Amino acid sequence: MTHPAIQIQDLHKSFGPVEVLKGIDFEVQPGEVVCVVGPSGSGKSTLLRCVNLLEEPTRGQVFVHGVEVTDPDVDIDAVRRRIGMVFQQFNLFPHLTVLANLTIAQRGVLKRSRSEADRVARENLDRVGLADRAEAYPAQLSGGQQQRVAIARSLSMGPELMLFDEPTSALDPELVGDVLAVMRKLAHDGMTMMVVTHEMSFAREVADRVVFMDGGIVVEQGPPAEVLTAPKHERTRSFLARLLDPAAAVDEP
Amino acid sequence: MASLRRRTRQRLILWVQYAVFVGIVALVAFTADWGTLRESFFRLDIARDMFPEVITVNLRNTVLYTLLAFVFGLVLGLILALMRLSKVAPYRWVATAYIELFRGLPALLVLFAVGYGIPTAFPNREIPGGVYGSVALGLGLTAAAYMSETIRAGIQAVPRGQMEAARTLGMSPARAMRTIVLPQAFRIVIPPLTNEIILLTKDSSLVFVLGVTASQIELTKFGTDTLNARVNSTPILVAGLCYLIITLPLSQLVRRLEIRYNKAR
Repeated sequence: MTHPAIQIQDLHKSFGPVEVLKGIDFEVQPGEVVCVVGPSGSGKSTLLRCVNLLEEPTRGQVFVHGVEVTDPDVDIDAVRRRIGMVFQQFNLFPHLTVLANLTIAQRGVLKRSRSEADRVARENLDRVGLADRAEAYPAQLSGGQQQRVAIARSLSMGPELMLFDEPTSALDPELVGDVLAVMRKLAHDGMTMMVVTHEMSFAREVADRVVFMDGGIVVEQGPPAEVLTAPKHERTRSFLARLLDPAAAVDEP
Repeated sequence: MASLRRRTRQRLILWVQYAVFVGIVALVAFTADWGTLRESFFRLDIARDMFPEVITVNLRNTVLYTLLAFVFGLVLGLILALMRLSKVAPYRWVATAYIELFRGLPALLVLFAVGYGIPTAFPNREIPGGVYGSVALGLGLTAAAYMSETIRAGIQAVPRGQMEAARTLGMSPARAMRTIVLPQAFRIVIPPLTNEIILLTKDSSLVFVLGVTASQIELTKFGTDTLNARVNSTPILVAGLCYLIITLPLSQLVRRLEIRYNKAR
C-alpha cells in the first residue's frame, strides 16, 4: 500500500492570539509537484513548515509517507532525513566550504564515509551546475549560486520529498532563472515537490497542481491551467490580477 | 570666525588641538623630576638581576594561571550559556542565579573562598593540581559568569535559519548546536573573549592570597617582593613590561584569526 507523500488533516496553527492556519486538509501524492500560491500572510509558508515540524501545529495531523509527524513520540530527526528543505534565505552554513556544507550531515547523520559523502556531494553539485565551486565559501557565491548549493545540500541526503519555501524571493531578478531551471529539472526527474512560490510562470509550467491559499484556508486547487487561467473564486481572481498589474491594486477596496 | 572658509576653520581647529597636546607633553616632561625617577624606576642593574627568573618562573606562572582559569571558565561559561538558553526553566534559573552572584563578587573574594573555604569544608579532600587547581577554580568561577553572557549573546547572534537548516538535514539539536551554531557563535565572540583573557592575565596577580611558594610566584608578586627586597621600584616596571609580552602578541594573534575567519562569514 502506498501512502501519500504528504497528508494533512484539519491543520490549525496559531501564533499567540492570531490563527494563521484555520483547518487545512491537503495531500501531495508521490511524484507530484504542487505549487502553493497566495498573498503574503495567507499561511502558505507556515503550512509548508508544519510538514517537517519546523512549526508545531496547534491542532490536526500531518503524515509524511504514512508516518505521523505530529505524533509526540515520532523520531523527528529520522523523518526529516527523508524531507529536503530549501529556504528563502538559503541558510547555507557560512563557516563551511560548499563541499563541507554538502557533506557535514551526510557524514554526521547518515554516517557515510568521507569518500562516499564527497562523491555524493560532487554528483549533486554537478547536478546544479556548480561542480567547480566545491572549495568556495558561501559568501563568495552569488545568491542564485547559493540557492543552488542549498538545493544540492538537500539532495545529498537522498530525500524522497522536497519542500521549497519561496526559493527565489530573495534573489535578484536576473538570478531567478538558474534556480528555477534546477527545480524544473528536479521535477522532470520525478521528485515529489511542494513549492511555496510567487513565480506564476513556473507554477503554470511545472506544477501538476496549484493550491491557492488566502486567510489561512485553501480557497481552491486544481491543475494550473484551471486555477491560474480560469479561477473559480473571486479571491483568486483578484490575487492574480494584482500580480499581473501591481499598480492597479491601489484602486481596489 | 563666521567669515573664515570652512576648510580654513577646520585646519585651524586641528592646529589648536596639536598645540594643546604638545603643550601637555612638554609640561609633564619639564616638570617631572627625571633624576629621581630614573633612580627609582630605571635601575638597569636591578632589572638585570631579575633575569632569567622573571621569564622562566614568573612569566610562565602568569601564563599558566591565566590559561588554566580561562579554559575552566570557558567550559563552565559554555555550559552556563546553554543552560540560560535551555527550554528547561530550572536550568535557566540556576544559570541566571550563578551569573548574577559571581559577576557581583570581587574575584579576590572568590579566590579566597576557594583557597580557604573548600579545604575547610572538605578537610580530607584536596583540589586536584594544588595551587594551580585552586587558581583555575577561583579565577575561572568568576570568568565563567562573564564569558557565559558573552557566549550566550554569540549564540543568539547566529541566525535562527542556521539551526533550522541543520535540523531539516536530520541533525539532532545537540549535533546542530555543536557543528553549526557554536562554531559560528565563537567566531562572533572572539573579540570579547580576548578581552576576557587579557583581564584574566591581570587578575592572575591576585593569586598571592593563596599563599604561594617561590616556584609558584607570578609576575606582580615577584615585582613587589623584589621591590621590597631592593627598596627600588624598577621591578614593578619590569613586571609591567612582561605583561605586555603576553598581551600584545595575543592581540596580534586574534587580529589574524579574525582576518582568516572573515573570509568564511
